[in-house]
Amino acid sequence: MSGVRVLVGTKKGAFVLNADGKRKSWDVSGPHFAGWEIYHMKGSPSDPRRIYASQSNGWFGQVMPRSDDGGQTWQTVGNKFTYDGVTGTHAWYDGSPHPWEFKRVWHVEPSLGDPDHVYAGVEDAALFESRDGGQNWTELSGLRQHDTGPKWQPGAGGLCLHTILIDPTNPQRIFVAVSAAGAFRTDDGGATWKPINRGLHSQYIPDPTADVGHCVHRLAMHRSRPNVLFMQKHWDVMRTDNAGDTWTEVSGNLPTDFGFVIDVHAHEPETIYVVPIKSDSEHYVHDGQLRVFRSRTGGNEWEALTKGLPQKDCYVNVLRDAMSVDSLDPCGVYFGTSGGQVYASADGGDSWNAIVRDLPAVLSVEVQTLA
Amino acid sequence: MIRVVLPPPLRLLAQTGPEITVDVTGAVTQRTVLDAVERRYPMLRGTMRDHDTQRRRPLVRFFACEDDLSNDAPDTPLPAAVARGDEPLLIIGAIAGG
Repeated sequence: MSGVRVLVGTKKGAFVLNADGKRKSWDVSGPHFAGWEIYHMKGSPSDPRRIYASQSNGWFGQVMPRSDDGGQTWQTVGNKFTYDGVTGTHAWYDGSPHPWEFKRVWHVEPSLGDPDHVYAGVEDAALFESRDGGQNWTELSGLRQHDTGPKWQPGAGGLCLHTILIDPTNPQRIFVAVSAAGAFRTDDGGATWKPINRGLHSQYIPDPTADVGHCVHRLAMHRSRPNVLFMQKHWDVMRTDNAGDTWTEVSGNLPTDFGFVIDVHAHEPETIYVVPIKSDSEHYVHDGQLRVFRSRTGGNEWEALTKGLPQKDCYVNVLRDAMSVDSLDPCGVYFGTSGGQVYASADGGDSWNAIVRDLPAVLSVEVQTLA
Repeated sequence: MIRVVLPPPLRLLAQTGPEITVDVTGAVTQRTVLDAVERRYPMLRGTMRDHDTQRRRPLVRFFACEDDLSNDAPDTPLPAAVARGDEPLLIIGAIAGG
């Protein structure tokens, strides 16, 4: 029988939520790694028993747990993330040069075909990979050493590489996003990179249409159309139909186009989801109402999804890695909030239930659909 | 036998109780004790000191015999009571935040 496993990273540990394919009754296990920040967890597409996690705190640094049994037990693998070569500097908040310093892993992205091959996006922004199950990590330094690297500046959350998307038809093509540098693409497996930010307009930077400097919050892709990407930028929801060569705005009738998450329906590549946040200075949902907005037209035309979600006195945030979908039919949609709730919809967003309500602040939500 | 008290987050990581013991041959210093701790508990590598520079992480502190030894050089001998196993080396997460 099919099932769903939801991997929830929080400010104070990790939780694993399991249900059968009906998605009605949930078993909650955790906290794993109690007291530690779990920025992200993700399972291997080729072996769902293999799960990688990013575990960190400000005192004791970065740890990388790995599970080979679907999150029941964990072992610690390699946590040595050393930048390649002379690290040089990026731009600090005031524009002055600042040395690159490793702080934490924001995102782990297992490769599509090999459970031992995994990527990690880190702060200060760089991309690492491991080909031995996370024991050893090597920087794909062509990204950080791009000519524009010295101009990259941290966003409010730090200079973080938070999104890694692998083209399922061509694993040599990878998209990443960095706050606040922008989106980048490699077509040679990570050796060389190009900024793909044409069409973005960020009025808070000196040159609003610069090649880099854009605070991209999240990218999303449907695996059937890897040249179509959707982006939640600091402000603005964007799409590209040519693998990032050019972007157009699709914010349309959203009540605010600031936000963090964006995701795509598992079976409808033009159906996308966002959670608008009031503003960059007020990181909570608009009007005290928790609303997911769905577009069935690939953007521009949005409908509010509210059934089962609090519609008054709600002031939570939904962070960039905290939304995911399953691939059952109908498609399930999941997201976690800064208030510790994990909401799930088993009908593509038409209705929602809190499958767990009082966790620590949720940093990330990933879903595994189990055969 | 050297006694070492770990802070709660590292006990969780190493899956131990509050106090562990390690054997050190030769001089008993911060460096040789931490080397021995990391050999026995490799999951603690990088959590107390930097992988490459071996410098103490900024919010990790070392105490023994009621003295703060955090800023001692790593090759400075630890107090004789620690070397004899009478007193533990305390590894502490600095009190920070609110």
